[in-house]
Amino acid sequence: MQQFNLLLTSLPDGILLGFVFGLAAMGLALIWGVMNVINLSHGSVIALGMFGTFILFIRMGINPYLGLVLIAILGLLLGVLIYFIAVNRVINAPHLSSLLATFSVNMIIIGIGTAVFTTSPYNVDFNMGSFRLGSTTILGTRLIAALIAILFTGGLYLFLYKTRPGKFIRAVTNNRAAAELMGVPSTRILALSFGLGTMLAAVSGALIATFFPFSILSGGGYELKSFVIGVLGGLGNPLGALLGGLILGVLEGIIPAFLETSWVPVIEFSLFVVILLVRPTGIFGAKQ
Amino acid sequence: MKRILFTILSVLILATLALSACAPKVGSPTSEPITPPQGEPGATDEPVQEPVEVTVTIGFTSSITGAQEVSSKRQVNGFTLWMNQVNDSGGITLSDGTVVKFAFVTYDDESNAERVQELYTRLITEDNADFLISPYSSGLTSAASIVAEQNGKVMITAGAADDDAYKTGNTSLFQLYTPGSLYMSSTVDMLKTLDPAATIALVYESDKFSTGVIQGIKPYLAAKGFEVVLEEGYASDTTDFGPIVNKIAGSGATVLLGGGHYNDGTALARALYERNIGLKFTFLLVAPADSKFPELGDAALGIATSSQWELAATHTQEEAANLGIEWFGPTGEEFAAAYQTAFGDPPTYHVAGGYAAGLVLEKAIIDADSVDPEAVKAALNAMNLFIFYGGIQFDTSDEAHGLQIAHKMVVAQWQKNDVGDLVRVIIAPADVRTADPLYPVPAP
Repeated sequence: MQQFNLLLTSLPDGILLGFVFGLAAMGLALIWGVMNVINLSHGSVIALGMFGTFILFIRMGINPYLGLVLIAILGLLLGVLIYFIAVNRVINAPHLSSLLATFSVNMIIIGIGTAVFTTSPYNVDFNMGSFRLGSTTILGTRLIAALIAILFTGGLYLFLYKTRPGKFIRAVTNNRAAAELMGVPSTRILALSFGLGTMLAAVSGALIATFFPFSILSGGGYELKSFVIGVLGGLGNPLGALLGGLILGVLEGIIPAFLETSWVPVIEFSLFVVILLVRPTGIFGAKQ
Repeated sequence: MKRILFTILSVLILATLALSACAPKVGSPTSEPITPPQGEPGATDEPVQEPVEVTVTIGFTSSITGAQEVSSKRQVNGFTLWMNQVNDSGGITLSDGTVVKFAFVTYDDESNAERVQELYTRLITEDNADFLISPYSSGLTSAASIVAEQNGKVMITAGAADDDAYKTGNTSLFQLYTPGSLYMSSTVDMLKTLDPAATIALVYESDKFSTGVIQGIKPYLAAKGFEVVLEEGYASDTTDFGPIVNKIAGSGATVLLGGGHYNDGTALARALYERNIGLKFTFLLVAPADSKFPELGDAALGIATSSQWELAATHTQEEAANLGIEWFGPTGEEFAAAYQTAFGDPPTYHVAGGYAAGLVLEKAIIDADSVDPEAVKAALNAMNLFIFYGGIQFDTSDEAHGLQIAHKMVVAQWQKNDVGDLVRVIIAPADVRTADPLYPVPAP
């Protein structure tokens, strides 16, 4: 009975957190889906998003949620920059090339971040209060982060399905050569996609900073989660990634009710392997 | 094309080798042998023997990056303060006139045990370090101690409280911290007075040090009649403590004892504050002892910790005299003022530990009247000393050689002063208390 109560208490937390994990994973999934690039700079961009919140809120006094707009824009521009500097030239090369290119970007960001911020943990002392829902406490910061994650997902969906650049992205995803024959500027569309993926990573980092401490090295853990979510939801399927995030969040909520928390990554990565073996396209299918 | 590539590659390799050879070691600005000062011409015609100056090289790694960065940097700051003070005051003069000065060689261990072993080997074999200071944290020190012991190098373990390393037959390690198994005993004694019916949750980082502390305190809790209602370890990189805090709430615990190091400790303190689960008292290892801890804001209020040293309860010459033990070194106030001047912030116990490591080595060299490692080791074995940091005496038995047996800890708690600022006060033991314990800690 006690464990059941603990389950009920932890479940809402896991769900709310799952939306934010899902948002981070959507960025990774979008880039993979459009250009078959595994973006290893994903984690460090998440960390940059965290520091974005820190600088805007602690140093400049800007509300973290208002600051998200600026972080999103900067994330988009950073992604476009990374694309043209590191990815564009190797986009048609074997996967290992783009993997190494984005890994190099990751190391550069971490190196500069370490020089500027050190690897000390930072805290954003920001509180949106909490309220009781039955036996569980819902934290304001997590609830708002989940709502923003849903908003971004909805925005991405509308962008991909209702706008011209979004349709171009889907066209390039389905068949780049055919899209180019139809006059789609594929390089610009790929850069935009990379920018969008990076933007989602930065925004998720900015949201995570409102409830967890972080350092420049923190992004690695969330990048790993994004991989698990990506496989759960279907590689290259951004909306599947959000659902994958929810599954991961729920797992992180319920496993500690029955086992020590150190078992959480064991079970998560076991699931990762099982999904890869049994359903390599993910629970919700691959590219759409 | 291949020829050009080969040429470029060769040039790059040669340039890399040349740069590696020229690259300075981290933080070794004084590692060059110090030139003996020119003596003044004597009044008589008899030749004046110039004092011989030797430079003792001390090797250690520091966690410039990684999980142990915050505490490690403070430990290194403390050590360098000691070294600069000794060198600036002319070094140590031995009875034969030899002047001993110090230099250090250090590398970034990235808070990584594998790197620690590699780097300590390098410090011993390539940099010819005469003596070693441990890295910060029990886990890293455990890795370094194997290398030190294998090479017979004296290592002062400054930032490592774990008991186990001293129970494996080592003879070259000398511990400054109160052993981990005794970390929480003062807190438990205090709880026994304040609230004998308290129910305890033990939630701790699953690393060597924190696990050792918890395993050490469990029998003591049982002996004092406390019920442990929850015992749970967590991974060092845990950031989401929501599920764990929910578990604590569900366990019915009124007091939390646990934590680990800085990163996880701050995250746990914040999660406890946000969820307000009605704990009467929270004790966390290490993190609340750092001066950065109040960055958590009100989440820091009421959090207690064990501290190896606090300026408010610094040890004094009078204390040493009353115990009939020799005093050595500066007073706590002098040390704190010097540190404040040099680094701009008040010293924590990690700083004091780094400084004390140097001070203890200095005293051992003075007592040995030599820099010979075996003579210094013998002096350390015979040491029974009081410094601002506290008592220093090492177990010399075969079972636990080098374990610290004289140093005592205090319990500190973050409270608010009259103007509402968070300050760290001493709440136990009662004879050094600077404020009453905040118990139960008021709800946010």
